[in-house]
Amino acid sequence: MAAFHFELVSPEKLVFSGDVDSVVVAGVEGEFTVLKDHAPLMSTLKPGVVEISAAPATKLRYFVRGGFADVAPGGFTILAERAIPLDEFDATRLAADVKDAEEDVADAKSDEARRLATEKRDQLLELKAALKI
Amino acid sequence: MPSLKDLRNRIASVKATQKITKAMQMVAAAKLRRAQNAAEAARPYAELMDKVLASLASKIGDGSPAPALLAGTGRDNVHLLVVCTAERGLCGAFNSSIARLARDAAISLAGQGKTVKILCVGKKGNDLLRRQFERQIIEVVDLRGVRSLGFDNADAIGRKIVSMFEAGEFDVCTLFFSRFRSVIAQIPTAQQLIPLALGGAANGAAPQAVYDYEPDEEEILATLLPRNISIQVLRALLENAASEQGARMSAMDNASRNAGEMIKKQTMKYNRSRQAMITKELIEIISGAEAL
Repeated sequence: MAAFHFELVSPEKLVFSGDVDSVVVAGVEGEFTVLKDHAPLMSTLKPGVVEISAAPATKLRYFVRGGFADVAPGGFTILAERAIPLDEFDATRLAADVKDAEEDVADAKSDEARRLATEKRDQLLELKAALKI
Repeated sequence: MPSLKDLRNRIASVKATQKITKAMQMVAAAKLRRAQNAAEAARPYAELMDKVLASLASKIGDGSPAPALLAGTGRDNVHLLVVCTAERGLCGAFNSSIARLARDAAISLAGQGKTVKILCVGKKGNDLLRRQFERQIIEVVDLRGVRSLGFDNADAIGRKIVSMFEAGEFDVCTLFFSRFRSVIAQIPTAQQLIPLALGGAANGAAPQAVYDYEPDEEEILATLLPRNISIQVLRALLENAASEQGARMSAMDNASRNAGEMIKKQTMKYNRSRQAMITKELIEIISGAEAL
């Protein structure tokens, strides 16, 4: 397959940059796959998994939230508030994290702490939902 | 004339101070490298965001009205100054030069009859501005507990700004921070956040291919604009962090050098007075022997 340039950028760093064969992303209006010479497109993304297929049968999966995709003639770029490699997660650890977060919400003393804890729990739940695909 | 013991004590204390300033300089140098990397790592995102916003904004110009975050409220009666400074001192003129820029802006705005509100990010800015603008400072964001600045910190501030804007608490928002040029040069900068000042990119952009938008332009712009504010705040915070460490490094370098000079001078003085004392004692002994 023909390769094209793809970048996954988060505010804190350039997460991925390189030539890839295809990228599957979850847009707000549905999942789509980008191949070489895709028509120019801008789309906001749902929290979900981005799957990158590069040359010799390697697949990289990232969980992306707060994302935005820009398919330009020169290449494909995703801007994401957060991009986490999925290898860092497994089901048991995630379940434990969710449980922790729920306990934090229950224990939170101030409004601010509760808001933070709730946010964290929601993020973990989103991640869990995304992984079930 | 201080006694020999006084001089010895003074030299010892200056030496101790010099040790501290040297250690601080080395810590700042190590932190500077990290802060610089973080600031550089954040650059691609901010640049791409600028590009995307510029191309979106140029498309949206005709027909539908632009969102308020982009075009402003049409008034400029109430100004919000977001002043980003460090949490700690001992970094030369870093904090005071940012505060001075903000103070000058606040005074000139007040002179034009505008209302000024100030949001301080970082304790030092608050310390410096509190005396003069006690009533204008509406909030202080404390980042002391933050070990490494991330998007979350900036996002919290960004959201606060956006929610205040939506509540109609101000019309124009300006961000004050220090741009990192090099270790010895940090440039205090004022950047307008709302309404968004898009650089020349909007005009200079080459005619682009026809884009598909999912959802439509307005909706994308509406989600991107608040995010852009958080990104700009993050960039300011990261630049600030690098500048702070750079300023501290050169301030501590100066301090160590001054301490070194002082030690040299005091040691000279100590040796001289010690020698003078020996000579005096010898003269006393000799003249005593001669008198016999």
